[in-house]
Amino acid sequence: MIKVNNLTKKFGDNISLDSINCEFKKNESIALMGANGAGKTTLVRSIMGYYHPDAGEVLIDGLDPIKERVKVLNHISFVPQLPPPIKLSIDELISYVQTSSNVDKNLILHYANEMKLDAKSNMNKSFFKLSGGMKQKLLIAISLAKKSDIIIYDEPTANLDPDARDDFYRLLKQNEEEKVLLFVTHRLEEVKDLVNRQIYMDLGKITKDERV
Amino acid sequence: MKNLYLIAYLDLKESLRAKWFLIYSLVFGGLIALFFIAGVTESQVMGFSGLSRLLLMYIQITIVILPIFILITTVRSISGDRDNHILEYMLSFAISLKQYYWGKIIGRFITVYLPVLFAMIIAIVYGAIKGASIPWNIFFLYTGLLFAMSSAFLGIAFFISSFVKSSEVALGIAFFVWIFLLAFIDIALISLMMQARFSEELIITIALVNPMEIFRVAAISLFDPELTVMGPVAFYILDSMSQSMFVLISILYPLVLGLSFAFLGYKIFEKKDLV
Repeated sequence: MIKVNNLTKKFGDNISLDSINCEFKKNESIALMGANGAGKTTLVRSIMGYYHPDAGEVLIDGLDPIKERVKVLNHISFVPQLPPPIKLSIDELISYVQTSSNVDKNLILHYANEMKLDAKSNMNKSFFKLSGGMKQKLLIAISLAKKSDIIIYDEPTANLDPDARDDFYRLLKQNEEEKVLLFVTHRLEEVKDLVNRQIYMDLGKITKDERV
Repeated sequence: MKNLYLIAYLDLKESLRAKWFLIYSLVFGGLIALFFIAGVTESQVMGFSGLSRLLLMYIQITIVILPIFILITTVRSISGDRDNHILEYMLSFAISLKQYYWGKIIGRFITVYLPVLFAMIIAIVYGAIKGASIPWNIFFLYTGLLFAMSSAFLGIAFFISSFVKSSEVALGIAFFVWIFLLAFIDIALISLMMQARFSEELIITIALVNPMEIFRVAAISLFDPELTVMGPVAFYILDSMSQSMFVLISILYPLVLGLSFAFLGYKIFEKKDLV
């Protein structure tokens, strides 16, 4: 599903990804780990087509995520580590997701409800003004409602309380089949029960890749 | 197309809620109100009075403040979204870069153009109520000039926004562009002339390449078709083209300039790393 071939990405003199090779297939749940600056975020951003590689390529179902970004991103859900300060209201943000990616609004509200977020009564509230936890819950609800084949989470539970984390893991368990789940994390214990593959990165290289 | 309109619509809504938009609208609406309160319509300068005089003053002030307003409010559009990771999230959905970029431009254009246009409409309506004669030719010329001027600076702002990574740097560049063009209206050109190293034709060509200068001359040309207030410069301009041709160029040139910068900005946005 995701194929990374000899991927190199440099920022000035700094080599962020150094000839990375890896492949992620259906039904794989991967924990991507490593110290700060190891290249985890660069790899994720390259998969999403945000970075132009210096060498090598990324292919999602055989498609280049830069040249075929719309087709590729139809298959990817992404939740960043820190929710961005989007100034749109919840209603507008949901409309954006609904129109751009054909996501069912009711499904978003359903998953928000499952995450114990009362989105319906906050529809006109600015996303920016929600608490960190509420923002994260909404982004998780959107990611699940999008029904993507590939779900990428960058430290998704950073702002969540223990109950919300349990809700998140429960919903993920229900939605993990036939998908690639990629967790960028520093805390393996939090996703240990969900993942079946662990990848460690350091200085832009994959140093360990093991199936569990 | 639906995504293009969606981005434009959401950007418009976001801008309408922003504090800068309130200040922006108040400045231009306030200017008109101030002119009425100060009795500008009753004063007479060089034979211009009533609404014509008011519009002349409005346009003279707009030449200076509209570009900087557009530049500082727009230049952070993409670079700001990039800076605070909004771009990373919003572009994780199936939106093409073309739709995102041009949608943002359309939304922002409506936001910056409507307040200046509405301020003029308010002046016309208020003037009509007061019984003043309406200078429609000036109104339509200014509508076109403001449209072209807004396009030019919006294009420049999006061009800067497309390649600058931090919004602070974008603001700095925007301010520099404004000062540079403002200086080239008079100060820099006068010093060039004083040194007398360049021919007058070259200096006038340099001046008219500046969208702020061409806007100013075109604004004057409707009151003063012979451009007598400009002295010998008028000779060079009107000798090479008719007044109506000059007005047409003064609308088309900034429009093409803005579109060219916007297109260049899009090419950079497309070719560079997004975040």
